[in-house]
Amino acid sequence: MSAHAARKQAFVPELLGRSDYEIIAEIVEPNTKVLDLGCGEGELLEWLAQNKGVEARGVEISSAKVQRAIARGVSVFQGDIDAGLADYPDRAFDYVILSQTLQETHHPRDVLREMLRVGRRGIVAFPNFGHWRVRLSMLTSGGAPRTKLFPYEWYESPNIHFLTLHDFEDLAVKDGFQVQRRFFLAGHRKVEWMANLLAEVAVYLVSRDVAR
Amino acid sequence: MIAKATSVRFDSISLDSGASLGPVEVAYETYGELNAAKSNAILVLHAFSGDAHAAGIGTETGKPGWWDNMIGPGKAFDTNQYFVICSNVLGGCRGTTGPASINPATGCPYAMSFPVITIGDMVRLQKMLIDWFGIERLLAVTGGSMGGMQALEWAVAYPGCVVSAIPIATTTRHSAQQIAFNEVGRQAIMADPNWNGGDYYGKEPPARGLAVARMVGHITFMSDDSMHEKFGRRLRGKENFGFDFDVDFEVESYLRYRGSQFVERFDANSYLYITKAMDYFDLTNGHGSLTAALERAKARFLVISFSSDWLYPSYQSQEMVRALRARNCDVAYVELQSNYGHDSFLVDVAEQAGLVRGFLASTFEKAR
Repeated sequence: MSAHAARKQAFVPELLGRSDYEIIAEIVEPNTKVLDLGCGEGELLEWLAQNKGVEARGVEISSAKVQRAIARGVSVFQGDIDAGLADYPDRAFDYVILSQTLQETHHPRDVLREMLRVGRRGIVAFPNFGHWRVRLSMLTSGGAPRTKLFPYEWYESPNIHFLTLHDFEDLAVKDGFQVQRRFFLAGHRKVEWMANLLAEVAVYLVSRDVAR
Repeated sequence: MIAKATSVRFDSISLDSGASLGPVEVAYETYGELNAAKSNAILVLHAFSGDAHAAGIGTETGKPGWWDNMIGPGKAFDTNQYFVICSNVLGGCRGTTGPASINPATGCPYAMSFPVITIGDMVRLQKMLIDWFGIERLLAVTGGSMGGMQALEWAVAYPGCVVSAIPIATTTRHSAQQIAFNEVGRQAIMADPNWNGGDYYGKEPPARGLAVARMVGHITFMSDDSMHEKFGRRLRGKENFGFDFDVDFEVESYLRYRGSQFVERFDANSYLYITKAMDYFDLTNGHGSLTAALERAKARFLVISFSSDWLYPSYQSQEMVRALRARNCDVAYVELQSNYGHDSFLVDVAEQAGLVRGFLASTFEKAR
């Protein structure tokens, strides 16, 4: 096993089992410029900088998380994603990453539009509200669904917009951005069929529709 | 760590006002060792009333430096790894040439014949010092308050010499409020009859005016919360009001003490000149806009502000960070939570130290 592969294997458990990080790490090409929106403590950016030589930047709203990110050497700006991309020039980045954050933003359409303005490509990962457990939870309990992916009480949840794979693909058509690649995950396994029912997490590589 | 102050003399310096000044003496201290590649040098820039004694125990004063909690072996500016330089600013009164220095042309102190100086002039003199050390690139330039202004000026004036900049609790230009507080301080000094048009050397100095200026300053350095915590309405050494105008409250006693202490170590004319330099500072000068000014900068930036700092509020740091992002510069920014107001960067340093340590380590690694 090469040293690189060894590191990559250690990567997933190191990052708290975030399966979407594994996909993102695979998508991002070496020596590119990456902006991670809602980057948390900057684990993904640090990994990308060290293993893929990317120029890594992040935006995060929590002061405590920003501090830990900066302390690990990642350049992170403390700010609100909903308000915060306007400063960047067009196409400043090769990739803009939105990992499990879209459902927490106030204006997801604006955020998507902005991310595809400042980035040549966007990587969007989100928990799938169409997963069968979510549907079953709601059907049986009659209350707001609570599952492994959506573990919060409705009044505590940071998730304010719930979307399924279908919803995202519909919006892509409506707002004119192109899905270049799509990955569907259940745990760390890839889901190959009935994704909207079986995928817990979706990762999309999108770009602005060149035809428009 | 024992710190010994030393100095170097240059023939002359040309100033932003068009005047030139010479000879000019710079007092500085260093900590740690410069490596063979001269790639580990950090220039620490002091705030308004600071001096070259940033760390360690001074041989003359026996006192720790003003940023001793940040600079030293194993500290944020780790002197086991980095070579740290701090010099007294031009116009100062702590070893570097200022209005109290002797004008060689007259044999008397310059007093008000000292030319008006700018933050740019201070930085130009620091550049001469760095050149004298034979250092081509500084791993970091850093400081809080007026020190942060100098760090910004460095990044824009000498972009090729600055690998990273850490401006803390500072601004790219003074607001009306900041100029206003400085003007109150200057007026307090000039209203003291002992000021005598600046000609008081060898006579009674304008101690009362300078003390009042410092009292105002100290109020702006603290916050409502920190003053409440430190003094509240507690009375000083008495159970009841004195019904006179002696000290009643703890806070009055503190301010008077701070004022009188300051007079011992600071020159009133330096107060005038340095506050004026801060008020004149505007990073956009000569560049049109902040974005245009910062376009020159090549450094990596770490910008820090403090939640309770109302003298240099976070919006001013955010303004510079937004301009840096508009140029797609490498910038990290965070507002730290602290109750200590503007003084936070000097006294509440635990989180600040963690940020600086990590930022420097990654900067040093990338620069290799």
